[in-house]
Amino acid sequence: MTTAQARPRRSRAAPAFVAGYVILLAAFGIVPTVYAIYFAFTDSGGAFAGLSNFADAAADFRFLSAIGHVALYLVCWLAGLVVFVVGLALVLHRLRARGVSRALRFLYYLPGALAGAASVMVWLFVLDPAVSPVGFLLRALGYQTFGQVIAPGNLPVLFAAIAFWTGAGGWIVVMYGALNTISPEVLEAATIDGAGAWQTARRIQIPLLRKWIVYMVILAFAGGTQLFVEPQLLSQASVGVAGRDYSPNQLSYDFAFQNDNVNTAAAISVELLVVGLVVAAVFVVRSGFFDAD
Amino acid sequence: MIRRNLAARPRRTVTLLAVTAALALAATACGGSASNAGEAKDGFTQAPQSDGPLTVWVDSTRSAAAQLYQKQNPTVKMDIVSYDGDANGSNYLQTKVSLFNRTGNGWPDVVFSSQNNEATWAVTAKFAAPLNKGLMPQSLLDGWARNANQPCTVDGTIYCLRNDLSQTVLWYNAALMTQWGYQVPTTWEEYEALGKKVATEHPGYLVGAAGDTFTPEIYLWASKCGANHITGPKAVTVNATSSACSRMASLLDSVITAKSMSTSSVFSSDFDKNEADKILMMPGPSWYGGSLFQGTFKTPKGQVGIAPMPHWADDTSPSVGNVGGGTWLLSAHSPHLKAATDFLTWVTTSDDYQGKLAVGYPAYAPAAKTWLAAQAASGYYANDVTAPLQAAAGQVWPDWGYGQFSQEAIWAATITPGLTAGKTIVSMLPAWQKAIADYARSDGYQVTQ
Repeated sequence: MTTAQARPRRSRAAPAFVAGYVILLAAFGIVPTVYAIYFAFTDSGGAFAGLSNFADAAADFRFLSAIGHVALYLVCWLAGLVVFVVGLALVLHRLRARGVSRALRFLYYLPGALAGAASVMVWLFVLDPAVSPVGFLLRALGYQTFGQVIAPGNLPVLFAAIAFWTGAGGWIVVMYGALNTISPEVLEAATIDGAGAWQTARRIQIPLLRKWIVYMVILAFAGGTQLFVEPQLLSQASVGVAGRDYSPNQLSYDFAFQNDNVNTAAAISVELLVVGLVVAAVFVVRSGFFDAD
Repeated sequence: MIRRNLAARPRRTVTLLAVTAALALAATACGGSASNAGEAKDGFTQAPQSDGPLTVWVDSTRSAAAQLYQKQNPTVKMDIVSYDGDANGSNYLQTKVSLFNRTGNGWPDVVFSSQNNEATWAVTAKFAAPLNKGLMPQSLLDGWARNANQPCTVDGTIYCLRNDLSQTVLWYNAALMTQWGYQVPTTWEEYEALGKKVATEHPGYLVGAAGDTFTPEIYLWASKCGANHITGPKAVTVNATSSACSRMASLLDSVITAKSMSTSSVFSSDFDKNEADKILMMPGPSWYGGSLFQGTFKTPKGQVGIAPMPHWADDTSPSVGNVGGGTWLLSAHSPHLKAATDFLTWVTTSDDYQGKLAVGYPAYAPAAKTWLAAQAASGYYANDVTAPLQAAAGQVWPDWGYGQFSQEAIWAATITPGLTAGKTIVSMLPAWQKAIADYARSDGYQVTQ
């Protein structure tokens, strides 16, 4: 009876709530995407160009190395993200009765509340042994100068650390929320059956979190392939020593604004979109993401 | 579910594509009609002129110039915008102009760039206005030092004006040289020998730094290394492994190994903290005096001296390098050409700014005279700066060109990380050559190796 009464009101309000999202999605998501697809298949004069822009991008000397960089970065970033986010969420959940959990959740979330580029800027100072608050740590690891810290081999780990610091806090809070949806009876039953913290996590909590983890990986993968702010800012800060032409997204930017070739730039963007969609599709299908519980 | 979505996509895409194409066409049509409204004069199609603030983009060093102009000309409405000055090949200006070209507005009226290669793109992007076709009198333009505006010239037309010459000289600590009984080296051979001697007698002291993006412009340019000899508007000859290059690279390697040459950038925080007070000698551009020693390191008065750049003992025509120098561009889209030209003329030629305030050696010869007199009168330097700076101004090796690709950015990404990791510069010269050739080709250059 209550649901029947509530329904008409809900259906009137729903479009209004959704409209804000849909309009922004169209203006800043769909229209630019279509615009990029249009550019990717045309030449500078606007004539249909087939796949020539894609061929130009693939033939560029920076293309393969950029893909390699991002692949390596994704391995570090996704592995780090899954292990630490799930791990920290489980620890938080264990600590929930002791009051520290709330403070920690806030602490984890804090870096994410800073604007993206600003929180990356912080790292430019953290990574410079001459000015870093953790300079002693860097020196203990054998790094005396900023140049040594940003050696090419260190970059995937550094970018993953920066991305984790700026983006993982929100996910920890989400995972924590998801853990709270697991029925206390199930956990109690596990405890009675003699399961310790590790057993409970491995056999009950993590399997029940699977869909959340898949969701996080899909979004993190899409975000990771579009790596841009971290290497671009590092490149500026290191006056071009590290991070220049590091990711395909930067290469796209360089094509557009340095080589004045918007069409090839768009082709790279479209490739990134396709990769993101395909990987999302694979994960969704393999994990049964949309299956009813 | 997914399959159905994918099947539905093409039709929707076609509709959206059609809409987008129509929008794009409309935008192009608008842009076209706007530019047709102008009048052809002074060698380019001018935008309709109007009142309104003069928009000037400057880097932090040049903002003093714009502010002084505003103070002297309070009736001129000015909008002074600070930006990175395209330092180290950041391409900020090119990026912005490319966007402004797309939207059809937003260009600054006058802009300073710390790079000398802006004409390579700003002319084809139709941003830079020709300056010697009526905007500025030839008699004024003749006042620039010989070849100073060469990087700004395309097919005989001048599209920008050099701010300062950045000829390299040998800076040294005169007090320490006397105290330790050293002679200022005149050849690279003597320089290398002294570098090794300092390393053993006074460990920690430096005879130079090789960690900057402009390191090749100080050392390899002076050694006549043909790493980027621009031979045409889109043609470059790259030979970074010749003996001219490799013998300078070996010299650098030997003093780096001896630890009397730093591999940090002189502008880095670790150099400032650990090495700035350990400089015995430092080959570098003319602006090191004001900008680096006086400004950044706060070296006390009477300590810093200038000597001519060393040369190879067997070289009969000594040459020096050049680090930037900066250029001023005037926008062809400017609706305030009169005010913009007035400002451009003042900022590049006036004694008030170039002669008395500027940190670098003015490219406009009459202002350079005032500047040199002011430097001598300041009493900051330990010896007479006029002779070595004037001599070096005429010795910049002309075969190191300015392409659209940034030499500084290529060196930074290719050589600096290896240098930090302990590799020798000589071993990285082939990689450097390949990188220059690759970047040149990606900008559409015909590359000869």
